Amino acid sequence: MRTMYFKNNPSILATSSIGGPKETTGALGKYIEIKGEDDTFGETTYEKAEKQMLYTVIKNSIQNAHKEIEDIDAIIAGDLLDQIISATFSARSFDAGYLGVYNACATFTEALTIGAALVDGGYLKSVVCGTSSHFSSAERQYRYPLELGCTRPPQAQWTVTGAGACVLGNGDGVKINCATVGKVVDFGVVDVNNMGAAMAPAAADTLYTHFIETGRTPDYYDAIISGDLGVLGSHVLIDLMWQKGFDISKVYHDCGAIVYKIKEKEYQGGSGAGCSSMVFCSYFYKQLCEKSLKRVLLMSTGALLSSLSAQQGESIPGIAHAVCIES
Amino acid sequence: MEIVLMLLKVFAVGGVICAFAQLLINYTKLTAGKILVYFLLAGAVLQAVGLYQYVVDFAGAGATVPISGFGYLLSKGAMEGAKKGLFEALTGGITAAGMGITAAIVFGYLFALFSKSRSKKN
Amino acid sequence: MENSQNFINENYLNYIKSVSPRTNESKTLFRAFLVGGLICCIGQGFRYLFEYALGLSGNELAAFVSAVMIFLGAFLTGLGVYDRIGKFAGGGSIVPITGFANSVVSPAIEFKTEGYIYGLAAKMFVIAGPIIVFGVASSVLVGLVYYGIYNIF
Repeated sequence: MRTMYFKNNPSILATSSIGGPKETTGALGKYIEIKGEDDTFGETTYEKAEKQMLYTVIKNSIQNAHKEIEDIDAIIAGDLLDQIISATFSARSFDAGYLGVYNACATFTEALTIGAALVDGGYLKSVVCGTSSHFSSAERQYRYPLELGCTRPPQAQWTVTGAGACVLGNGDGVKINCATVGKVVDFGVVDVNNMGAAMAPAAADTLYTHFIETGRTPDYYDAIISGDLGVLGSHVLIDLMWQKGFDISKVYHDCGAIVYKIKEKEYQGGSGAGCSSMVFCSYFYKQLCEKSLKRVLLMSTGALLSSLSAQQGESIPGIAHAVCIES
Repeated sequence: MEIVLMLLKVFAVGGVICAFAQLLINYTKLTAGKILVYFLLAGAVLQAVGLYQYVVDFAGAGATVPISGFGYLLSKGAMEGAKKGLFEALTGGITAAGMGITAAIVFGYLFALFSKSRSKKN
Repeated sequence: MENSQNFINENYLNYIKSVSPRTNESKTLFRAFLVGGLICCIGQGFRYLFEYALGLSGNELAAFVSAVMIFLGAFLTGLGVYDRIGKFAGGGSIVPITGFANSVVSPAIEFKTEGYIYGLAAKMFVIAGPIIVFGVASSVLVGLVYYGIYNIF
């Protein structure tokens, strides 16, 4: 069994989200709490800018929950950079415990699962879960220098410059009901530009396992939200689930596919660890609070590659963790 | 008139070389760095067997400005050096291409010093 | 090894291939042709200029033209324009020697944040280094082969 049920209803007490200029002018821009005027956030390097974003959302989510930093037992955070430096360096500024987690772009639901379990079990009273990503820092770590004149292939995605964090604890709020831990799934995709295709099998595996183990069907949910499969990956996931006998197309959304106004059809939408956290902590959390959505399944998806593994010809393993959130 | 005709030839040959690179990008997913290496080697080999000189005579900058022209220059330098002696055979290539490499290093350092990488919006 | 199983799922990969969007062939080829041709024409313009104004010829002329083109490529990269040209032109701006300059300057700018020696100077040749390695190696090979030929006959 990979699904865990939370008996004591750990809840999301408050969230905070931040986005760069491209994100805040995108389709969901008006829901994002803090709108960055430029994507340096007053820092000298993009790595520091990412740290600044994550620091800001952690601080603001604690404020939004009307708590002090002393009330927070642990910060569970992660990001895409080597040795998760954004998470670590932003946690440096807080007088709280810190658990660094990494599951590429699936880090947000991984953090939520761990946080919810710790709160539910009564081990910790309140924790903050947050993730971030930055286009320019990710681009330089995984791809090419920004000023290099190369074209992006049509299946490429755009790393979201943004971060989101939420405070988990006992109290009124949106409840985390259960979570299904993902499995590393690799179907042999080697194209580093086609993350959606690499992650979709892992998402399908987690979703299928979730439905089988809980006995639920897609109708149970008002929305099933994947992290950053993109337009192409979303189609692939719907197809894969159809083959397994579940029609998710009516309730399915993808954070990456909806975060930008995709003017040019050729791009697949957003990606990155900050993608699902920023979109969930802004748009979907608001919908849950307003009860226009009652039950959602948030499933961040991650591609567990490094630039070294890609150069050594390894295929791209994917992972997805699902968290059921009810208002 | 002569210049216009020459420019047409330059445009056609240079354009075709670049379009061929684009064909490789579309079909093989080669990255920019690899394309540059392959075109450089292609230019060097074609010159070594004595063919690239004809393209250069025909199209001028249309053949020398693409990176294959850099390979041509390296090979040509080595071939001319080989006539003089062993030392020149070994250093001829880099002597002929020395200007390009020097320019890349000096201008590269200077411009990098005074500019900042900008993030992209699309 | 127990852990090195084969993960390749042929059916899935074929399916992905069939649903992935294709690059617009004719559009990208035309753009590469157009921009590549234009850059070469600019080079030819400098060739005429140096030929008539400075009286250069042969290898010297070619070397000065390539130096000027490298200057232009580096300059446009510094201004943050070259990657936009590259986005439009693809191969049309990669293959000309200006693209070589772009591949030198762009990582140098990017890694300036890690210092002027280990950042800027060391990372300058991350992409362009292989070009110089293979270029010099192939010229030595060509030189040795021709030296052998000249000395045998």
